[in-house]
Amino acid sequence: MPKDHEGIGASSKRREDVRFLTGAGNYTDDINVNGQAYVHFLRSDVAHGRLTKVDTSEAEGMPGVIRVFTGADFEGVGGLPCGWCVTDRHGQPMQEPAHPVLAQGKVRHVGDPIAAVVAETAEQARDAAEAIEVDIEDLPAVVDMKAALKDDATKVHDDLSSNLCYDWGFVEENREAVDKAINEAAHVTTLELKNQRLVANPMEPRVAVGDFNRATGEHTLYTTSQNPHVIRLLMGAFVLGIPEHKLRVVAPDVGGGFGSKIFHYAEEAFCTFAAKAVNRPVKWTSSRSEAFISDAHGRDHVTKIELALDKDNNFTAIRTETYANMGAYLSTFAPSVPTWLHGTLMAGNYKTPLIYVNVKAVFTNTVPVDAYRGAGRPEATFQLERVIDKAARELGVDPIALRRQNFVTEFPYATPVAVEYDTGDYNGTMDVLEKMADLSGFEARRKESEARGKLRGLGLNCYIEACGIAPSQLVGQLGARAGLYESATVRVNATGGIVVMTGSHSHGQGHETTFPQVIADMIGIDADMVEIEHGDTANTPMGMGTYGSRSIAVGGSAMVRAAEKVINKAKKIAAHLMEASEADIELKDGQFSVAGTDKSVAWGDVTLAAYVPHNYPLDEIEPGLEETAFYDPSNFTYPAGAYACEVEVDPETGKVEIKRFAAADDFGNIINPMIVDGQVHGGIGQGIGQALLENCVYDESGQILSASFMDYAMPRADDVPFYDVDHSSQTPCTHNPLGVKGCGEAGAIGSPPAVVNAVIDALHSGGHKVDHIDMPVSPARVWAAMNA
Amino acid sequence: MPQVSMTVNGKPASGDVEGRTLLSSFLRDTMGLTGTHVGCDTSQCGACVVHVDGEAVKACTMFALEAEGAEVATIEGQAAPDGTLNAIQAAFQEHHGLQCGFCTPGMVMSAAALLKDNPKPSEAEIRDYLEGNLCRCTGYHNIVKAIMAASGQNVGAIAAE
Ligand code: FES
Ligand code: FES
Repeated sequence: MPKDHEGIGASSKRREDVRFLTGAGNYTDDINVNGQAYVHFLRSDVAHGRLTKVDTSEAEGMPGVIRVFTGADFEGVGGLPCGWCVTDRHGQPMQEPAHPVLAQGKVRHVGDPIAAVVAETAEQARDAAEAIEVDIEDLPAVVDMKAALKDDATKVHDDLSSNLCYDWGFVEENREAVDKAINEAAHVTTLELKNQRLVANPMEPRVAVGDFNRATGEHTLYTTSQNPHVIRLLMGAFVLGIPEHKLRVVAPDVGGGFGSKIFHYAEEAFCTFAAKAVNRPVKWTSSRSEAFISDAHGRDHVTKIELALDKDNNFTAIRTETYANMGAYLSTFAPSVPTWLHGTLMAGNYKTPLIYVNVKAVFTNTVPVDAYRGAGRPEATFQLERVIDKAARELGVDPIALRRQNFVTEFPYATPVAVEYDTGDYNGTMDVLEKMADLSGFEARRKESEARGKLRGLGLNCYIEACGIAPSQLVGQLGARAGLYESATVRVNATGGIVVMTGSHSHGQGHETTFPQVIADMIGIDADMVEIEHGDTANTPMGMGTYGSRSIAVGGSAMVRAAEKVINKAKKIAAHLMEASEADIELKDGQFSVAGTDKSVAWGDVTLAAYVPHNYPLDEIEPGLEETAFYDPSNFTYPAGAYACEVEVDPETGKVEIKRFAAADDFGNIINPMIVDGQVHGGIGQGIGQALLENCVYDESGQILSASFMDYAMPRADDVPFYDVDHSSQTPCTHNPLGVKGCGEAGAIGSPPAVVNAVIDALHSGGHKVDHIDMPVSPARVWAAMNA
Repeated sequence: MPQVSMTVNGKPASGDVEGRTLLSSFLRDTMGLTGTHVGCDTSQCGACVVHVDGEAVKACTMFALEAEGAEVATIEGQAAPDGTLNAIQAAFQEHHGLQCGFCTPGMVMSAAALLKDNPKPSEAEIRDYLEGNLCRCTGYHNIVKAIMAASGQNVGAIAAE
């Protein structure tokens, strides 16, 4: 039945596709405001230095130049705020440096904006920026995290006591118990590894267009954002001092985000500020080269993990020490990533009773680091699943059996790292994987590869993630400076059509298709009768946007709550129209009926009555049919999965080829299987990119060596295989109305350990006793490991 | 400023450009055809692929003046005048070959050029041909599948639907 009207469970084709397939999308760079001027930022080409001169006089006289801005123009303006304050092991708040819109006094990373030229054309702005005279007194660049923490290290921020942002211990009370368990363990497996720095690289570079209406005093910012309301709040309240009712932020079609478009960036504040200052709309379009040095980067952790096991191979304790790179400034949510999005996931799918996580967050002269697809959870999963694989090899046990033996099997399960898993079936999900990946046929495939002179390896991985971010009160206690609810308004029109205005934002996820499927199911109408509006603060309720796989779990739940309110009111109207008791009214297939009778009225009759209330219970309820709900989740959701990767390694060259990739995920209930598959595919593609190809590299002087697609290896179509994905293992979330868990980050979390485990397995099959290779597992690294 | 004239999607198009104006900028800024996207500045991403005299070209690698007199086809001209999607576009929708849509115009234009020369490409040939088209969203799975389907191949057996 649901499939007929494209409700929950239908692989409805996406309605947004038609505009994207015909070139009719409306991305921010497609927006041109009458009379707009263009901005070009002059950015630091050194990693660390004191600005001794910024002379704009020549640039100001260049053709087309309207005005040149420097840090001095922003002295009375707030800095970019950080949205999360982490408290350290000793109960002290983290060190939090100022983050000016344009550099003041010092530059702290290659790409730090020094000045901005506003001109009639983009070319004129660029030409003039080149004419700005800048003198920088070079300072030693701080690049390596451990070196940054030495007593004699140069400080990135002169006014902080050191380059240590915080030293976090979690759970601090468990520290001694964990030490003791590790000292007394029958076996301890230790691994040191890196989770390399990545660049998110959504295919659409960032863009900002600021506009100011002098007549009304209203500012508008068009921007490539995953969460326009958050930008409005942060920029309005903390940077520019503009109240929300005078500030509209629009994020139209957005060409991918992956986390990098969550954060509030200097260019957004600049364009908003400058539009008023020069009395012209001001547009900035990032080049890709600029994106590499101005978009927040991801990952960049260095970790030592120890896993303790008893004589029966039960996990007894985990201890980790991680250095997390913050870059030169604190990006919007940066402090939360290595802590609350990472430490809380260190239990993984396993019932390890004692866990202690230590994280030292460090300032360096590099681009700020913040959330990138998975954010903290890929880092946690990678350590855990690599160390489990190593332990299985050291102990000579089957890696799947070792995992199964230690799986959490009873729910709810309170981990020793503060979260409570509501549901899951890790054995069931592993069963699905074993079958779909044909693991029993692996040995035969290995022989076949060996016959061709290739080393074949099988890599397993299990992951759990905490999504549906997040219970506001909990995150408030943990240092979040924002609530993390979501909102929706369901507006029913007189003739029965529906517009849902959501605070959630789609930049590839397909909300315009999936959200109507839910409403269609609830009312029993055609999904085509439902339209989704998102991305414009002027017509959506205050919402927190899309990240952390939260759209359907939190935004969808808000929509369900608002729709329930609408339905309840509609039932009152229907009862009045049919002169029946409200308690007897049933809604099915778009018809309200009176239980036990053949009386019914159609959805459209009721909606019309709501707006033409001639025959209407006006003494009981107001006319109209429009409701808003804010939904604050009571827990995170916990998607989990089991992945298997098979690789072939060419022993001559070290080149790794992925031969098979299978992913079994438990996302709870699923609204649109086609879209969920696509999300997993994309995540796996990015995860394979991290495992085999991508690496953002700085040299010792703080120069970024991988600042274009020529040097930063993005996964291409011929780097990846077809993926086998399955979501039939389903344990619905127990605490949200749809029973959904979220699927956006799973692939990126689950795939890197599977790939690396497979490579290590392949090398062992060839007699190479290699414990670990850091990502990206490039041919050079594999060859070096084999020939060490 | 020199003038350039060409045919875009079958219609005459002309405008004043600088010597350094790229074909991608001419299409986007002068012609208002914003379906051609710019995703990089090193000719790597393929978001800007259009056809010039029937050949797939990265519009960011060509000056507008170089297209003088040429027949240019962009994503905006691919569907029928009544809006009916062409076979490649329809296959992309049918097989969920796009998410954010930013790479999509370039993917569709590249796929069209591939299928013109090679009407039934193998999976490997498609992956190889798409070397110059980056997509960050789809992991390429459904793009490759859509192109196989558009060329009339049975994609039912491909993992995961
Ligand atoms: S914009 Fe032309 S290849 Fe990237
Ligand atoms: S669909 Fe987003 S980049 Fe391809």
